[in-house]
Amino acid sequence: MLASALIVFREVFEAGLILGIVLSATRGVAGRAGWVAGGVLGGLLGACLVAAFAGAIGDAMQGSGQEVFNAGILLIAAVMLGWHNVWMARHGREMAGEMKALGRGVSDGSRTLMALAVVVGVAVLREGSEVALFLYGLTVGGDGGLALLSGGVLGLLGGGAVAALLYRGLVSIPTRQLFRVTNIMLSLLAAGMAAQAAGFLIQADLLPAWGAQIWDSSAVLDQKSIIGRALHALVGYTDRPAGLQLAVYGATLAALLVAGRAASHPAGSQPVTTAPQRAREPHRV
Amino acid sequence: MRVYLTGVTALATLMAMSVPVRADDPVTFRLTIKNHTFDPAELAVPAGKRLILIVHNADDTPAEFESHELGAEKIISAGREASIRVGPLTAGHYPFADEFHQDQARGVLIAAGE
Repeated sequence: MLASALIVFREVFEAGLILGIVLSATRGVAGRAGWVAGGVLGGLLGACLVAAFAGAIGDAMQGSGQEVFNAGILLIAAVMLGWHNVWMARHGREMAGEMKALGRGVSDGSRTLMALAVVVGVAVLREGSEVALFLYGLTVGGDGGLALLSGGVLGLLGGGAVAALLYRGLVSIPTRQLFRVTNIMLSLLAAGMAAQAAGFLIQADLLPAWGAQIWDSSAVLDQKSIIGRALHALVGYTDRPAGLQLAVYGATLAALLVAGRAASHPAGSQPVTTAPQRAREPHRV
Repeated sequence: MRVYLTGVTALATLMAMSVPVRADDPVTFRLTIKNHTFDPAELAVPAGKRLILIVHNADDTPAEFESHELGAEKIISAGREASIRVGPLTAGHYPFADEFHQDQARGVLIAAGE
């Protein structure tokens, strides 16, 4: 039971961290609860499908199906995060200005919510399909149903609690700073997901590694430790990164920075700001 | 932020420039998971070469081959086999496990020589 609780905890924990950030990043956006819940439900449904067809997915594309699938959904999530960040660069000040209803662009609001719902869905799908396969294996293996169920529930509760803590911590940041913080976190999350996708494509031999292991920082921070796992889920920490993963990570961050800057200074139009705010933040980074 | 951006770009450029030539053809090794244990549990492999691990899951439950040391992660459904590309490795020990049965299903690649 402890083993199943632990593994469920670990997966829920990783998905929960992403959920926590997304919830913080959409604080005050009307209708977010429905979108995020939709993302979770869609992810759960997807997880069951992926688990059910794991064999077929694995056999597809000369045995590279699983890697390509994982890389694909991670890249979709990274693109969605990038899209959200650009949107935030345009509308962040309005939100920070506590104009919760988002005077302009309610439809834009629901589009960025859709993007983030996809991110949540992908996170839940990835971790959830592992949990589903693991629990299925235990059932087939004849482990006691009750022990299994209670282990799963314990893991679910523990993982959910960590996600809730992260959310509470983040939303205690004053609103004006909150979006700056969540924007940085989402950028790092996107870079981490893109680097993970690169890792899968290297494993499938579809991309060159550019150095299988550039460094080994496992002695300093082991990726298998709980902090290592949290950082892996949040910012893509890998204790033995391949060269290509580092390049993709850097390139993603750079692209997001450039896009964010371009979006926050659209040619010929001034972002809507209230006077006191402008005085307080003369430069937008 | 600008300094940061420059640093990131510099890093990306550096990585792009230092593309090493691909090692020659990969060497294949086979592993079997049976009764949630790896056979062989210890596998000697050449250092400095690209490797293909073909892992056959002979159990009737799914397994997840995982090794942070090797940077590998792959689900292997019951009765199927999966090929996993790793390396080139520097000499050393590279533990791996079936994440779904970590208590018993553990093994290690020992990379040595050239």
